[in-house]
Amino acid sequence: MNNIKISVKNLNIYYGNFLALKDITLDIPEKSITAIIGPSGCGKSTFLRALNRMNELLPNVRTEGKVLLDGQNIYEPNIDLVTLRRKVGMVFQRPNPFPKSIFENVAFGLRIQGIKDKEQIEEIVELSLRRAALWDEVKNKLHKSALELSGGQQQRLCIARVLAVQPEVILMDEPASALDPIATLRIEDLMRELKEEYTIVIVTHNMQQAARVSDFTAFFLTDENRAGMLIEYGNTSEIFTMPRDPRTEGYITGRYG
Amino acid sequence: MRFREKVYVFFTALAVLIIVGLLFYIIFDIVKNGIRVISWEFISQPPREGMTKGGIFPALYGTLLRTLLMLIFVVPVGVFTAVYLNEYGSGKNFSKWIRLAINNLASIPSIVFGLFGLGFFVLFLRLGAGLLSSALTVGLLTLPLVVVSTEEALKAVPNSYREAGFALGATKWQVIRMIVLPQALPGILTGAILSVGRGMGEVAPILFTGVAYYLPYLPSSVFDQFMDLGYHIYIMTTQSFNVELTKPIQYGSTLVLLILTFSLNIIAILIRSKMRRGRLG
Repeated sequence: MNNIKISVKNLNIYYGNFLALKDITLDIPEKSITAIIGPSGCGKSTFLRALNRMNELLPNVRTEGKVLLDGQNIYEPNIDLVTLRRKVGMVFQRPNPFPKSIFENVAFGLRIQGIKDKEQIEEIVELSLRRAALWDEVKNKLHKSALELSGGQQQRLCIARVLAVQPEVILMDEPASALDPIATLRIEDLMRELKEEYTIVIVTHNMQQAARVSDFTAFFLTDENRAGMLIEYGNTSEIFTMPRDPRTEGYITGRYG
Repeated sequence: MRFREKVYVFFTALAVLIIVGLLFYIIFDIVKNGIRVISWEFISQPPREGMTKGGIFPALYGTLLRTLLMLIFVVPVGVFTAVYLNEYGSGKNFSKWIRLAINNLASIPSIVFGLFGLGFFVLFLRLGAGLLSSALTVGLLTLPLVVVSTEEALKAVPNSYREAGFALGATKWQVIRMIVLPQALPGILTGAILSVGRGMGEVAPILFTGVAYYLPYLPSSVFDQFMDLGYHIYIMTTQSFNVELTKPIQYGSTLVLLILTFSLNIIAILIRSKMRRGRLG
C-alpha cells in the first residue's frame, strides 16, 4: 500500500445544528484513486469539500476533527487557505469554466499567483492541456471562448485548469455526472493517467464508475438521523466482490440507493 | 373569445394606446418645433440679446461637465457599495439596513437632495456653489440606480464561477476583480448609463448648489458656477421677460436635451449588446 497522503480523523461536520457527517475516520493513500460512493444525501460531497475546506464558503458550517495532509492538520488556525487549495485542487460536478478564453481559463491559476512571464505561462498552459488530453482538440482555438467547447471538453479544461497550479491532490465531485458515456470514459482514462502523479479522490454515485477507476472505495450511508457515516472502506476489488457489511452489499447489488 | 375576455383585451390595448399616443404627441411636438431652431450656431454659440437670441452652448457645456463629474463620483462609490453588499456583507443585518437606506434614497423628492446639497456640500464642506457641489448632489440622487443595477449584475454571476476561483486558490478580492466584476460589467454599464440619463435632466438638485441663470464665461474650475440645459429651459419658460420670444429657444433646448439622453441610451444599449456578443459568454 502506498504512503498515506490524507488522513481523516474523527471528522464531524454540522450545518447549523444538523449533523451532516458523523465521525469519519479514513486514510487516503497517495498516487491512487479513492472513490467515495453512497446514495444521494449521504454527505459524500460534504466530505470531499472538507478536504480543501470549501465547506467554509457556506455560512453556518462547523467542522470538528482533523484532516491531516502529509501529517499537517489543515484545520489548524495558521493554515493558509490559498496555499491549501493550490495543493488540493477540485473539479466540480458541472463543468464550470470561466467565461473567458480556453487559454485564460488554464492561465488563471498562474495569474493569481502573480506569474507574469508570458513564455512560462504559455508553457504551463500547453503542458496542462496536454496532460488533460485536450491539447490536440483546442490547440488551434486557444483564444476562443471556453464556453464553445462540448461538456466533456469543458470538464477536461477544468481538469487542465487545476493541473496548471501543480496540485498534489485532485478532488473530483461527480466529474462525469453531467457528461455522455463517451465523454465519461475519456475522463476515466484521464484519471488513470493522472494517478501516476496525483492523489485523486472522486465522489460518484455511479458504482460501475467506482469499480472501473478506483483503487480504494469508501461506502457512505446515512444513519437514522440522516447523518452521513462511513460504513466500509477498503480495496475496491474487495468492496465490490466480498463486502463485509451487509449494507454495502445491499447497496452495490442495487437493493437500495 | 368570451365577451369578458374581449373587454379585458380592449382595456389593456387602450391603456397602451394612451401611453404610446401621449409619448408620440410630446415627441412630435418637440421635434416639429425644435428642429427648425437647431443649427450648428444654436449648439456652439452663447445666448445673445438678453437671452432671446443666440445659442445654448454654455448650458450644454455645463450639463455635460456636471454629468461627467457625477459619473466619476457615482460609479466607483455605487459599484463598491454593491460589491460590499453582495460579496462581503450578504445576509448580514448591516447590509439589510444599508439596502433599506438605499431604497429610501431612491424615493426622496429631488428638491430635498437640492436642499441637502446646499447644506452639506456647499456650506458644511465649503465646496461653494459650483460644478462639484452640483455633481455630488445629483450623484446622491442617482446612486441607488448604480447600486441596484450593479447588485443585480453581481447576483447574476453564477456561484460556480466563484467556487472555481476559490478552489484554485484565489483570494476573495481576486475572485471579485478577475471573475465577478468582468462578468458583471454590462450590468454595471447599464447602471452608469441609467444614472446619466436620470441625472442629466434633473434640475431641482442643482438649483441651490451651483447652477446660474446666465454666465458670460464658461466655468474654468469645478468650483465655478455653470449654466445648465434643464435649468435653461425652466428659466426660459418662467423667468424670461418675454416668454413668447424665447419659445423657439425653449423648443430647441428641449430637443437637444432629449437627443442627448436618447442617444446616450442608444450608445449604451449598443455597447452592452456588443459586449454581450463579443464577450466570451
